[in-house]
Amino acid sequence: MNVLKRIAGILWIVAGPLAIYYLVRTAIEEINKKPVIDTKIQWAVFVIVFIPIAIGIMIFGVYAIKGQYDHLPDRSADIAD
Amino acid sequence: MNQPANEVQNIRKIITASSVGTLIEWYDFYIFGSLATVIASQFFPKTNPTAALLSTLATFAAGFIVRPFGALVFGRLGDLIGRKYTFLLTLIIMGSSTFAIGLVPGYQTIGFAAPIIVLVLRLLQGLALGGEYGGAATYVAEHAPPNRRGYFTSWIQTTATLGLFLSLGIILITRHSLDADRIKSIAKFDDWGWRIPFLVSIFLVIVSVYIRLKMKESPLYAKLKTEGKTSVNPLKESFTHRSNLKMVLLALFGATMGQGVVWYTGQFYAQSFIENICKVEYDQSRTIFLWAILFATPFFVVFGNWSDKVGRKWIMLVGMLLAVITYRPLFGKLFSIADEKIKTEVADEKQINTSIKPIAIGGNSLRTIGTKYFFDDGTVLTETRTDTVYADAGKTTQKPAIKVSKLLPSKDYWMMVGIVFVMILYVTMVYGPIAAFLVELFPTKIRYTSMSLPYHIGNGIFGGLTPFIALLLTTIYTGDKLVGLYYSMIVAGLCFLIGALYLGNRIDRDVSD
Repeated sequence: MNVLKRIAGILWIVAGPLAIYYLVRTAIEEINKKPVIDTKIQWAVFVIVFIPIAIGIMIFGVYAIKGQYDHLPDRSADIAD
Repeated sequence: MNQPANEVQNIRKIITASSVGTLIEWYDFYIFGSLATVIASQFFPKTNPTAALLSTLATFAAGFIVRPFGALVFGRLGDLIGRKYTFLLTLIIMGSSTFAIGLVPGYQTIGFAAPIIVLVLRLLQGLALGGEYGGAATYVAEHAPPNRRGYFTSWIQTTATLGLFLSLGIILITRHSLDADRIKSIAKFDDWGWRIPFLVSIFLVIVSVYIRLKMKESPLYAKLKTEGKTSVNPLKESFTHRSNLKMVLLALFGATMGQGVVWYTGQFYAQSFIENICKVEYDQSRTIFLWAILFATPFFVVFGNWSDKVGRKWIMLVGMLLAVITYRPLFGKLFSIADEKIKTEVADEKQINTSIKPIAIGGNSLRTIGTKYFFDDGTVLTETRTDTVYADAGKTTQKPAIKVSKLLPSKDYWMMVGIVFVMILYVTMVYGPIAAFLVELFPTKIRYTSMSLPYHIGNGIFGGLTPFIALLLTTIYTGDKLVGLYYSMIVAGLCFLIGALYLGNRIDRDVSD
């Protein structure tokens, strides 16, 4: 199971840039199609809020590959660097 | 394990005090959304581009950007000064903003100041909501006995849905009680009656503030404070320490993002689908939800309680999986129930009413043609076509405004209630145990901060954007009326995979550390 967790980490790392690319491309297309203020704000909000989340899933992937999720902490004391 | 009677009574008091306040906050937040059309006409006239811009900001910014920001601000405060005063503060901010929205004069009276004030108040609402939930859930969980944490926190979980119920109910009642004549009553509601649900909120808030003032600080937090072990910088500890950040990310991608889309698809997108795609009449579309919520709400407690026995993980994940598998057939059934193309019209009963009202400008008139179509199963479809009859005979309206609404027969109405009930049942599965799950994931000293952010990104961003993204998909891919569901299905599916692979099912009995 831990091997699968680590391998799947690659998927999450790849998912981040793919999501950003798809999001930005769709935003540009939709704004060009209908260049009114509502469309611009709407897509600007989507891009602004989803890019950090996409970066978040990449970090999640890195942690998964490094085996950070092989064993989840049993006690809060384990959550300490 | 039996608990002493006074302990049970004490925890009941705590749940009541916390839940009432949280319910009111959700009610306050939802009435703005439910009255968006009326508010737009009062404060954000489409004819004015700046006002329309503010309207878009009010819609998007409050729900999606400010909520996670509120989670950070109040979460930090809750870990620094305590749960009790923080979620008392969020309640006061929310209550006073809501009351103030009910008092703001319209755009016609004070011009641009009106939409700006409303925008600011809406942002305050979003901010307060971001801070409320984490506080209430943490507060109850830190009082609850270890073996019943899922059960006790599930009462907090009922409040979001009950807040929606209350907002729909109060709006519906107010809309129909301002005049004996139904049409006049609706006109009065659109003119000034919409303010009532906002103003009513202040009484509920006063009662709730009074109750919360009498509450004591969470025992776990109070102990930490006495021992001087509270966090000095909860934001830093929550999001820059790798060992905690990895749990925040796991909570977001393995639980709350899926929970958010299931919540908003079942209770918001379904509402918009029934009203705008199925074209079901306003009152019927609202009461369908009121019934479904009423029948489904007890299941929050059922699943919360069950999670104390079998763990939180699989109840939440099965809810997500069921949503992914069944959304298309369920929404397809909603559409076919109201689809007049597969019904037989009783042509003899067709009624056409035409009315012409003169307009002050240029001798033109406004013509309204109301056509009622009757179907053999009892469905009544009303089509209202409005256009301008010009004094100049050679001129015709380019595009008449057409409104369609369908009144469903009893059998179809209850079938829709049943389908919506199933969707809200999924909501109860993913949402009922999640407070206990989040509380158990993080240590006491940074719990408020750490659990609030993934909750509000999952719920506010992934969930809150569901109706908009779904609508957007239907405008991009016009061939499929159910295409909007793919967003929810993909997010919930991804969350299921991550949750199944990475989450543990262990119930953390000791959350005092």
